Amino acid sequence: MASGVAAWLPFARAAAIGWMPVANCPMPIAPRDNSKRQDELIILNVSGRRFQTWRTTLDRYPDTLLGSSEKDFFYNEESKEYFFDRDPDAFRSILNFYRTGKLHYPRHECISAYDEELTFFGIIPEIIGDCCYEEYKDRKRENLERLQDDQEENKDQKLPNMNFRETMWRAFENPHTSTMALVFYYVTGFFIAISVITNVVETVPCGSTANQKDMPCGERYTVAFFCMDTACVMIFTVEYLLRLFAAPSRYRFMRSVMSIIDVVAILPYYIGLVMTNNEDVSGAFVTLRVFRVFRIFKFSRHSQGLRILGYTLKSCASELGFLLFSLTMAIIIFATVMFYAEKGSSSSKFTSIPASFWYTIVTMTTLGYGDMVPKTIAGKIFGSICSLSGVLVIALPVPVIVSNFSRIYHQNQRADKRRAQKKARLARIRISKSSSANAFIQSKRNGLLNELLELTDEQKLAKSISLLESQHHHLLQCLEKTTAHEFVDEQVYEQNCLERALQTYASRSPSISSHDSSEGTCCGRRGKRNTPLPNASLPSSHQGPLQELSAIHIQCGDPPSRTASRSNLNLKTDNSGRINCKGGRITTAIISLPTPPALTPDGDGLHGPPQRSIQTTASSACTNIVKVSAL
Amino acid sequence: MLNAIWETEGLQTVGIVVLVFASIKLLHLLGLISFSEDSVEDELELSAVRHRPEGLEQLEAQTRFSRKELQILYRGFKNECPSGVVNEETFKDIYSQFFPQGDASTYAHFLFNAFDTDHNGSVSFEDFVMGLSILLRGTIQEKLNWAFNLYDINKDGYITKEEMLDIMKAIYDMMGKCTYPVLKEETPRQHVEVFFQKMDKNKDGVVTIDEFIDCCQNDENIMRSMHLFENVL
Repeated sequence: MASGVAAWLPFARAAAIGWMPVANCPMPIAPRDNSKRQDELIILNVSGRRFQTWRTTLDRYPDTLLGSSEKDFFYNEESKEYFFDRDPDAFRSILNFYRTGKLHYPRHECISAYDEELTFFGIIPEIIGDCCYEEYKDRKRENLERLQDDQEENKDQKLPNMNFRETMWRAFENPHTSTMALVFYYVTGFFIAISVITNVVETVPCGSTANQKDMPCGERYTVAFFCMDTACVMIFTVEYLLRLFAAPSRYRFMRSVMSIIDVVAILPYYIGLVMTNNEDVSGAFVTLRVFRVFRIFKFSRHSQGLRILGYTLKSCASELGFLLFSLTMAIIIFATVMFYAEKGSSSSKFTSIPASFWYTIVTMTTLGYGDMVPKTIAGKIFGSICSLSGVLVIALPVPVIVSNFSRIYHQNQRADKRRAQKKARLARIRISKSSSANAFIQSKRNGLLNELLELTDEQKLAKSISLLESQHHHLLQCLEKTTAHEFVDEQVYEQNCLERALQTYASRSPSISSHDSSEGTCCGRRGKRNTPLPNASLPSSHQGPLQELSAIHIQCGDPPSRTASRSNLNLKTDNSGRINCKGGRITTAIISLPTPPALTPDGDGLHGPPQRSIQTTASSACTNIVKVSAL
Repeated sequence: MLNAIWETEGLQTVGIVVLVFASIKLLHLLGLISFSEDSVEDELELSAVRHRPEGLEQLEAQTRFSRKELQILYRGFKNECPSGVVNEETFKDIYSQFFPQGDASTYAHFLFNAFDTDHNGSVSFEDFVMGLSILLRGTIQEKLNWAFNLYDINKDGYITKEEMLDIMKAIYDMMGKCTYPVLKEETPRQHVEVFFQKMDKNKDGVVTIDEFIDCCQNDENIMRSMHLFENVL
């Protein structure tokens, strides 16, 4: 029930007293309103700005957030108000909706932000009032067109498990996906061009032989042209059938414009094969030749510009229709006038009204061929009026078409620019992703430091890792424990791959160190600390009492974290600090032993005996030894 | 005379062309042919699915969360998904943000199916909160039950090796490529073998819920780790 009438319901119910004398049956029991609440003021605190309204105002629309019990989720007991962490400016129009029953779209608001607000508060955008609905729909359509361009690029993604049919369809739709698709694209383009050129050259008069006059090439070399035509049509038929086979929805494909153009392009040939050279249908035969030129429209698959033009014409269809209609009206009027004006003059070319059509069209479009000219004075006067009005009538719808074309064209340019920038954008996104991954690895090392130096709790808090980050890192550690593999940096990963290619033995011999990388109580492994193990690595630093953790980080070139373990500062930084590394960080590659898993039950026996870990020894100049001794 | 023949032929051509275009227009009017490649207009008509959760009192009764906790959960949920439901794409996006190094979409798919208890393709706030209630405040039995439900992809009551392999591969996918030691092809499979060795008591190739719960209850590490996330909220 609409909101407005809710206020009148008591009146309607009271007026029902008028039925009582007439009714024969007893009336049903009236529903009681158990919640005898006084109408109270509700305070809505939206990001600090307080709005107040009556409860009944909000109850008018019970299927929205504010009108239902859903707002109880946002009730703040201490301050006895409902707190929403949303934009207060957009909230104004939403609250006005409850007050007045009409939803308005503020023009300065971004369309997607406004849409989100509406979705959040459970209001459907279709009830936007008429005053603002046009604007809303226009902006939404523009936004959608813009987003569609983005999505079309994402269609390039190769989905896993695509069967042959889907691969083929993708190849057809987007020729840049594979080499085969590109080849196919160019081959069809080539054959379309050949076909069109053949049609054109067919009519050119070739050199005449002695006994005959100039013949068009088509009649001279009939067989050659026929063969060429057959070849082209074969290719087009095969292409159409392949597309039909690969289309995800064959019905939809057959209804689309491009498939109609394809059919129209190849049908005349087959009809011509079937038909004999019958005199009666010779006109139809000529028409078939005409239709062959439609093959040029097949180029629209290959050319973006043609598609833009087509889209423009389609979107300006109403303006074009208006132009055509008004021109027709004007032509008929002026042709009639000119005919009757020129009727008097002798040897006038204006023999009939349809004959005057030609004059009118030529004059209105300001062509002025001059093959038909009025000779009487009245004819000349009307002729000049005709040409002036022609200019006006044509000039009216043209700017609309031009502005439409300009909008679509600019959108396309923007799409092209975005596509060009996409690579940079993707690279930046990848960097930010890898930085967050590196943050985890970094914090692992810092975590070691914490253990080593036995920071107190306050000092730990002083570190910049927020609670959210540490919880996220804990989650990643649990994943590591589950799979018994560790996250490492890209460089270290590449080194590892390199090493494994080179040798597999050197990494085992020098030292064994086991390390427990958990900084928290993940899986409760703290108890492992007390197993002592010697460790040595190539820049051999011998540590006697191995109750401390020594973690060596050598970082070259990266400002953010030049941390080095305090206990090994003197040992390490001098000789290995300035290694010419490839410009990244050297991370400690740590293997944590497969301790029992966090979430999934895992087998213990999977990774061999505990207390064994492998360190990476990289012999290439760019890397340093990483070792961790753990306890 | 020749001109007359050409004229009539030309007029015949014009006539046929007009006829063909008229028939195309007629077919278009009848809706058999569509001229618009991408129906932008239709997209606008797709109104988003909106969902309102049950009342706070009801949810309080059905789950083990307090009022305040439900409020906090709902605010976060609604912020991420203003329409009140999460569909699988959004869920995969959200979940993938926590695992930047690997590909979390397969595991997110399984997780989504585990949360979407009524299998309607979207996770509403009720589903979300019920799942969380089991995971954070449930008994060990309930948690193990939930885990079993997660692994049992086709929900037939048995975990087969193939299902476990799918889950395992999804988990390993989340690690990504840069791991130490380097992930090999057969690592998930080996992991599954070990799992089955431990869990499948009667060696019939499938793990039933009872075998699963029994075995987990006897494993001290698993029991300990089940209490891991109790203070999440």
